[in-house]
Amino acid sequence: MAENIRIEVKDVNFYYGKKSALQNVSMDIKKNKITAIIGPSGCGKSTLIRLFNRMNELIPNTRLEGRINLDGKNIYSSKIDVVEVRRRIGMVFQKPNPFPKSIFENVAYGLRVNGIKERKYIAAKVEKSLKNAAIWEEVKDRLSDNALGLSGGQQQRLCIARALAVEPEVLLMDEPCSALDPTSTRKIEELILDLKKKYTIVIVTHNMQQAARIADYTAFFMLGDLIEYDVTDKIFTRPSKKVTEDYITGRFG
Amino acid sequence: MQRHFDQELKTLKEKLLKMAALTEGAIRLSIEALKNKDKELAKGVIKADSEIDKIELEIEEKSIELLATRQPVAIDLRFLTTGMKINSELERIADLAVNVCQRVFQIADQPLVKPLIDIPKLADLARQMVKETIDAFVNKDKALAKKVILSDSQADKLRNAVYYELVDDYIVKDGSCGPRAVPLILISRHLERICDHATYIAEDTIYMIDAKIVKHHPEKLKNNKENQQ
Repeated sequence: MAENIRIEVKDVNFYYGKKSALQNVSMDIKKNKITAIIGPSGCGKSTLIRLFNRMNELIPNTRLEGRINLDGKNIYSSKIDVVEVRRRIGMVFQKPNPFPKSIFENVAYGLRVNGIKERKYIAAKVEKSLKNAAIWEEVKDRLSDNALGLSGGQQQRLCIARALAVEPEVLLMDEPCSALDPTSTRKIEELILDLKKKYTIVIVTHNMQQAARIADYTAFFMLGDLIEYDVTDKIFTRPSKKVTEDYITGRFG
Repeated sequence: MQRHFDQELKTLKEKLLKMAALTEGAIRLSIEALKNKDKELAKGVIKADSEIDKIELEIEEKSIELLATRQPVAIDLRFLTTGMKINSELERIADLAVNVCQRVFQIADQPLVKPLIDIPKLADLARQMVKETIDAFVNKDKALAKKVILSDSQADKLRNAVYYELVDDYIVKDGSCGPRAVPLILISRHLERICDHATYIAEDTIYMIDAKIVKHHPEKLKNNKENQQ
């Protein structure tokens, strides 16, 4: 396996019942890069990233074929602890979903679940995570306030801080800005660009310009097929497939 | 799916075609003015240039507006950026046609230092290259764009022939013919520059069609079998 690859997807097929959602998908996700997954609704992009931290297992009657390796190890192997997979591969969802707890406890939650009790360590980790998620300055004086009192953009950054607290290697983001206003979106995008120094980021987005602005690589999916996967610049200036061009220029659909 | 954006791009393309037609006309008339030492005709070309300048600004403003509001990608982006460059090239070509006309005033009232031989050839080549480069852009014709690019060396040769003949055979031998010879040298320079701008348009056209940058890389043109068809 090449040094710079974090996740390898090999010949993946995925089914909801009898319905195929992904067909023969193979792709490498590069370390410390931002990879955007784009495509029309129902193309399999969310299904794919949910496979990366084994979330589709929670849905009954689903079946996976092929392999998904994290740093060369199959994350679906029976020897692998699913909790450990989800610690190493964090996820941020479309709608900010903070717990109805204090700002502090939201970020501390993952640490406590992992059995960490030392207060000083937890406090330091919470501060660091909030700083990394670029929200520390806005909340440092009200850490005990309820997180639900924050704005949508702040809640989403809090959720990113929560994901960062357990020190993942990969951050999956499923349309993290779709419920946010342009200012909050810009902040999250800046944050994502900063975060790639430490993390590998995979982002599903319906916002083509967002993919063009922040992603190093872009993968275009349609009806469960990986149509084209290349450096973002190439996808948006000279895509090699006509169907990719039709989709990104809005001629399609 | 038909997009509103397509209609806007179509309108922009029509404006570019109008610009191209006016520029082509300016060259044709400037050459005619030159060959016939026709000052009236030359004056008309100089006057008509303001219309070309006006359309250039319209195209530029519309292109910037579409870049900002539509945020185009892929072929749309390549068409718009290429269109903006071609717009500038056409405006420069029209300016050079004006320059040729300005020289007509310098040579019109005195006998020619020598009969015009290479300059009409260069003028015809310039006119042909501009026509072909515009056709290549309009019809997305790579082969024709390539032909234009390869014609450019012919323009350089003709300009050099004019220059060396006038300098070596006339100016060096008889300095007093300088005032009549220098405008001809400048005209050959203007015409050769028109050919250069036609070449730039052809290079931009290939980028628009293929997303391949051939500018400054003539070897890409030679190695590209597709282009040689």
